[in-house]
Amino acid sequence: MMIHFILNGEETEIEAPDRRVVDLLREDMGLTGTKESCGMGECGACTILVDGVSRLSCLMLAAQLEGRSITTIEGLGSKEALHPVQEAFVEQGAVQCGFCIPGMVLASVNLLGENPAPTREEIRKGLAGNLCRCTGYQKIVDAVESAASHLQGKDTP
Amino acid sequence: MRPVFVPRDLDGVWEAWDQEPMASVYAGGTDLLVRLRAGLVDPPALICIERVKELKGVRDEGEAVFVGAGNTLAELLADKTVQTHFPVLAQALQVLAGHPIRHMGTIGGNVVNASPAGDTLPPLYVLDAEVEAWSRKGSQRIPISRFILGPGRVLLKAGELVGGLRIMKRSGAWLHHYEKVGLRKAQACAVASLAAILKTGADGLVEEARLAWGSVGPTVVVCREAEQTLKGRPLCTETLRDAMTVVQAAISPISDIRASASYRRHVAGALLLRLSLLKGR
Repeated sequence: MMIHFILNGEETEIEAPDRRVVDLLREDMGLTGTKESCGMGECGACTILVDGVSRLSCLMLAAQLEGRSITTIEGLGSKEALHPVQEAFVEQGAVQCGFCIPGMVLASVNLLGENPAPTREEIRKGLAGNLCRCTGYQKIVDAVESAASHLQGKDTP
Repeated sequence: MRPVFVPRDLDGVWEAWDQEPMASVYAGGTDLLVRLRAGLVDPPALICIERVKELKGVRDEGEAVFVGAGNTLAELLADKTVQTHFPVLAQALQVLAGHPIRHMGTIGGNVVNASPAGDTLPPLYVLDAEVEAWSRKGSQRIPISRFILGPGRVLLKAGELVGGLRIMKRSGAWLHHYEKVGLRKAQACAVASLAAILKTGADGLVEEARLAWGSVGPTVVVCREAEQTLKGRPLCTETLRDAMTVVQAAISPISDIRASASYRRHVAGALLLRLSLLKGR
């Protein structure tokens, strides 16, 4: 059974319906930006966007991707032109070890799509499904706040 | 390679089941895929019902509301009918896991998984929800308290799946309240949770009360005695302390990695005290 979907803007065809999406991305497609940490839906490290909505790639099988559009961290921006959320994470120093960051950035993109001007509390709630063991979250919240201002065309605070 | 079916309609589900009678059915996958990875289950095939159109949507049927089993937790949280008629359910959805899980997990899955800590279950008990079990031959309605038999055990026969929930609207003004205590605010199973709906009269006295606790027994715990204790009395600390004593004597929670039995008993009672802050008519 062939499965067709769009991966980071490109038509993709695979034949592995029972493959976990995180394995498909990392092992088969070489997209190692998606991380696997807990593998059981607790941590958010493997977050990807499916039709723009955050989902966990460790708890999805490839067959479920049929007809969907997938965005991984590799598809969000380019090295030359980072996505504004990525830019803000760099500028605010929101990254320490970096393992949670791809998931954190994608969850932030989803959050800002639904709520372009979130309060700090709303940012915390919006990212509550993504765990970070290094930063203490302050600078991550700073980064999302800054990205929100930037995306709304205001000066960053 | 294990076959994975992703049917778009009910007929597709029945056909897949004909081909693979021993297949496991899942929707969001947030429970089954965890058990699959841990090697606790090893079905010959999988049927993912997250896109089955008949399982989607919330239908206002006048006196009752039909909630399709395939609605994700996020879809229900955003649903105006649910927000208007069943705030206690919306409040529980708000503190269930985090965004990515709520984008995947479904209400039908939360019911069928029948975890003692399932966040939507105490609200469904106080709302007297009925589960619709669908099979190729038809459907039947079962009250949720009869449908759930124990942890992970429900009253589904071979060839049946949960099509949705039917919840009666309630007349008059009811206060809705859900609170859970966990080890952190998001992504955490409840140590104890309480769903409550209360009807108070113009005099502020409780006319009717429905209470249900999660995580303090093998299934959701209801306590008619505690409900009776509130009846005809003002919703003040004194009344609630009496109900607290009643429920604490009635339950027998377990100790596990999240909390001790005595802490659970304490919290299950203490959760009632918050009801004094609800604003009556």
